[in-house]
Amino acid sequence: MILLPCAWCGPRDAAEFQHVGEVVTRPDPRTATPAQWRAYLYLRANPRGWTVETWYHRMGCRRFFKVERHTETNEVRPVTAAEVPGAAAAGVAGPAGAAGPAGMAGTAGTAGTAGPAGAAGAAGAAGTAGASG
Amino acid sequence: MQASANGHRPGRGRTRYPARYSAFGLLRRGLVQQEWPPAWRSQPMKDRYDVVIVGGGVHGLAAAYYLAANHGITDVAVLEQGYLGSGGSGRNTAILRSNYLTPEGVRFYDRSIKLYQRLAADLDFNVMFSQRGHLTLAHSDASLRTMRWRAEVNKIEGVDSDVIGPAEVKRLVPFLDVSAAARYPVLGALWHPPGGIIRHDAVVWGYARGASARGVHLHQNTEVTGIDVADGRVRGVRTSRGDIATRVVLNATAGWSTLISDMAGVAMPVQTFPLQAAVTEPVKPFLSTVVVSGTLHVYVSQTDRGELVFGASVDPFTSYSTRGSLEFIEGLAGHVLELMPALTKVRVLRQWSGLCDMTPDFSPIMGRTPVDGFLTDVGWGTYGFKAGPVAGEAMAECIASGRTPEIIAAFGLARFADGALVGEKGAAAVGH
Repeated sequence: MILLPCAWCGPRDAAEFQHVGEVVTRPDPRTATPAQWRAYLYLRANPRGWTVETWYHRMGCRRFFKVERHTETNEVRPVTAAEVPGAAAAGVAGPAGAAGPAGMAGTAGTAGTAGPAGAAGAAGAAGTAGASG
Repeated sequence: MQASANGHRPGRGRTRYPARYSAFGLLRRGLVQQEWPPAWRSQPMKDRYDVVIVGGGVHGLAAAYYLAANHGITDVAVLEQGYLGSGGSGRNTAILRSNYLTPEGVRFYDRSIKLYQRLAADLDFNVMFSQRGHLTLAHSDASLRTMRWRAEVNKIEGVDSDVIGPAEVKRLVPFLDVSAAARYPVLGALWHPPGGIIRHDAVVWGYARGASARGVHLHQNTEVTGIDVADGRVRGVRTSRGDIATRVVLNATAGWSTLISDMAGVAMPVQTFPLQAAVTEPVKPFLSTVVVSGTLHVYVSQTDRGELVFGASVDPFTSYSTRGSLEFIEGLAGHVLELMPALTKVRVLRQWSGLCDMTPDFSPIMGRTPVDGFLTDVGWGTYGFKAGPVAGEAMAECIASGRTPEIIAAFGLARFADGALVGEKGAAAVGH
């Protein structure tokens, strides 16, 4: 069983989640050529090792968030802002938007350390409370 | 004269290679206790080959065999990171069929079935192909509609497939629950008599033996660590056992294919998912066909030893891990019992996992790539084993002639840039 550190619900069984996949940068549909668009649709790095990916907590908070997972050992650790490809360019993160502990603007500074899943969950929960208030 | 290590008397006379397998030979060697020679030889690795095939599974070995047998190209090395058949070729559920959805797919897989039918004679190796029929159950109007579509495409292409009703399903598989009270009642099925099962290890070993006998070098425990590309063409391969100079590299590594393609700088629309399977203790023969249920994500067949082999859909997330999971076996057991409630007391012996290189359209990626001399036979997802012979034959022709054979013309890498996908999602696998 794999535990995923949901940014809002804390560590939960992977069966509650839907694997959305590798984080890919979406080109601007107004300027992208068909070749660029198809590369975005189909091409994936498919690495053997650590990869940043999006998950959807389908049986929980129903939010998208990002985690880093090792594709050979299935170890999971919370993602940091610096590791999200394309995070620097605004508006490319898709529906996940400001997801994950790192996405919480107020806590971004502390999220740089890949702490245990529980700590990430707590940070996420605090962030959620702040966002809804 | 000293006795050999395993206690048998040493063989008399000269050992011919490869040994010809026959009933008489079996009897004779049984009587004289003569050792069998190894099925294939191992040679020292050369520093130059005409063709290097990465991946010692059914695809790589079949390509090597047909290169030697059909085209006379024997300066070929097959590199395998583990032992021959240690990847998907030894982990699949050994089901063969050709009841696909697109005309391109049906023609392609039908050619593979035809090659499988005469494979035992071609290779002089008993591959135990049992054409017992393949039954895909429909539990909904939508799947029944897809099956009618598949049946009609199959008939046009000359492949024997038909849609049958629940009564006939019950006649073919008496242990199946076809009552209206089932959670997913059986509304009908796609009946495909040429489908069946085969001894998958024997196919790998037969191709290895045939290729080795024709001069192909098989290098096990040899991991490819890099591919040298200069001026847009392949120059060589670096391995854990030394470098090889070559102008042609064929990537036939299934679940690991993007790792090899990355070395040549070729981007692939492939994601690697594990697929788990399980086998039960042997029971008396009661199941004479292959039974598939897409809705229940399961396929069941009974081996010649009496074990029930269960396959399923791929795991819900990408991974290179080949460990089984408890969630999987729990779900699988539940689904099997929905179909065959009589199996409640049957125990599962073991479960395992193999890696599937899934493509967006559930069709393979075969042929040449933008890098000259780097060819792929990948993207085999959950349907690679059944295509082994035709893929090997076509890739051998592609390498020997330098042109893409008609039968794989639709499966090129360029189709993802052109948008001309070959959508086999409706027929390639269960539960996607």
